[in-house]
Amino acid sequence: MSDDILLEVRGLRTVFDTRAGQVCAVDGVDVTVNRGECLGIVGESGSGKSVTFASVMGLVRSPGRIEAGEIVFDGTDLRKLSPRKMQALRGRDIAMTMQDALTALNPALTVGEQLAEMLEAHDDDLPRRRGARRAAIQARSVEMLTLVGIPSAGDRLRQYPHEFSGGMRQRIMIAIALASKPRLLIADEPTTALDVTIQAQVLELISKLRAELGMSVVLITHDLGVVAEHCDRVMVMYAGQVVEEGPTAQVIRDPRHPYTRGLLASIPRPALRGQPIRPIDGQVPDLVDLPPQCRFLDRCPEAGEACRHLIDMHPAGPARRARCIRIAVPETEKA
Amino acid sequence: MTADPLLKVTNLTKVYTGRPSLVGRMLGRAPVNVRAVSDVSLSVNRGEILGLIGESGCGKSTLGRAILRLHEPTAGKVEFGGTDITALPAPDMKAMRRRMQIIFQDPYASLNPRRTVAEIVGLPLQLHGLAKTRSEMREKVALMLEKVGLKAGQLDRYPHQFSGGQRQRIGIARALISNPEFIVCDEPVSALDVSIQAQIIQLLQDLKREFALTYLFISHDISVIGYLSDRVAVMYLGEIVEMGPVESILARPRHPYTQSLMSAVPEVEASDKSQRVQLSGDLPSPLSPPSGCKFHTRCPLAIDICRQRQPETERVGTGHTAACHRLKENLSLLEGARA
Repeated sequence: MSDDILLEVRGLRTVFDTRAGQVCAVDGVDVTVNRGECLGIVGESGSGKSVTFASVMGLVRSPGRIEAGEIVFDGTDLRKLSPRKMQALRGRDIAMTMQDALTALNPALTVGEQLAEMLEAHDDDLPRRRGARRAAIQARSVEMLTLVGIPSAGDRLRQYPHEFSGGMRQRIMIAIALASKPRLLIADEPTTALDVTIQAQVLELISKLRAELGMSVVLITHDLGVVAEHCDRVMVMYAGQVVEEGPTAQVIRDPRHPYTRGLLASIPRPALRGQPIRPIDGQVPDLVDLPPQCRFLDRCPEAGEACRHLIDMHPAGPARRARCIRIAVPETEKA
Repeated sequence: MTADPLLKVTNLTKVYTGRPSLVGRMLGRAPVNVRAVSDVSLSVNRGEILGLIGESGCGKSTLGRAILRLHEPTAGKVEFGGTDITALPAPDMKAMRRRMQIIFQDPYASLNPRRTVAEIVGLPLQLHGLAKTRSEMREKVALMLEKVGLKAGQLDRYPHQFSGGQRQRIGIARALISNPEFIVCDEPVSALDVSIQAQIIQLLQDLKREFALTYLFISHDISVIGYLSDRVAVMYLGEIVEMGPVESILARPRHPYTQSLMSAVPEVEASDKSQRVQLSGDLPSPLSPPSGCKFHTRCPLAIDICRQRQPETERVGTGHTAACHRLKENLSLLEGARA
């Protein structure tokens, strides 16, 4: 494993047993996160983007389970760690923020208490003696809230989550996640619940902190615009699989998977006024008992007989891959 | 386009009164008033789409509902097709509602889970006496389902048997079945995934053409608004701060709030963000709105007068108005940045 790689997931398969049958929410997903980079994960609801990273965090609970795959973080296979070691690592080395800050924060504890809980659990540099320890926690908490741009942090530590606005709550969750100085931050739809002017503030904050703290960020989102402006590389997921990955600018300029093309064409843009948008027909397939064929087949305008078998990822240029047989055909022969 | 206003709203105001708690009442506390919509005037011409944009809590949904009298306006006038509907007695208002409908944001909450699609979509027919027999009703509903891209065979299914996008189609069928002229689309695509969102936007456009509809399209997404609308109204804390033809709003936004909204939208295509106006802070509480211009607490251009006096709405171009004390300075700033 190269020194530049912080997280490497190979062949991850996470399933949920339901009455209707086994749902394979994540099927053979590979993820590589390099040190210091921001990786964007794009997909629609049910594409498996959140479950992939819940698996990485060891947060998949019954009826879900990880069936196969390796999750190597900085040289350690997380699936082989004892629950206790995993507990120590989670939050300290890999932190996660959730989409809905109001449900993710504890409404009955003050923001200060929630920050302190995180520091108690993960900060080994705190002094042992009680008085000094409490003072250090207070100082670190103020420092964290100030870092995420919350004014008069000292007073606000004594307030409860409901006393903050949506954007402020998202900042608090980021402050808690970053309190232990993680090497990897997984931000699951950090701005989906926020208004655009507030979204811009929070995304700027994440980018700034990434640069300052030198951490890696995985940004899970359904918004290709967010990815275009903030991520170095992007992975597009569809129905539990990665269908395309590569450097963001290239993927957006020249998408190689028909689903990525469809997603880009679906975004309404003022520049396209008067022209019809070309939506992707149909809907995401039911993840129970998927037939062994390309999962995008039913919605794909380019599908043919050859797509009726399992499709692998194909190389699609330097550092790019796509799960489509058509990209194996050189551009010149396609026309 | 010759102006042929189908809907004319004049100085519409909606105040919600919050009853104080029991303890509050015993202590003689006054009720809390929230001015959700404040003195809004606008018109929607026949056949056009007026896009109404703003962030959560700005009053855009309240305005949509006050226009339909789903929430009774506190003051002001709504004229529809030349009739003042604000004072219309209930039976006449009911007849009027056949002509003005609404599509809601949440396709889960807006459909009764215990009714079949035939019952949900057929209800307006029943209410307005538009179908004489059950079979006529089912026939009309089946026809409408096909218009919105569902199957006639799905008549007897329940909402939970459909996906989010399909449910939104059911909501659209319900709005259209009484053959209305005007529809308030209240964030109809905000709860949907990108690819489904595109399907619904396309459907709404096709239906508008087929049934010669007029839309008031409410959204927080400037891409959707910019793509669909003929004219755009920008709302902030209950007031319309800027309004005009879409081309002119997109190319030359004049209010600092519109400018910041547009520069905050993350775009897929690399664009020039050198003029990015980033706002600091949050939306102030509508319980205690700021004095003067309500935007002054977040405005990068605010000066003393903005804190003291509410700006008048001024004409800044053909059919383009904005309410800001610093229009001239803002313009020279913009042009300075461009030069």
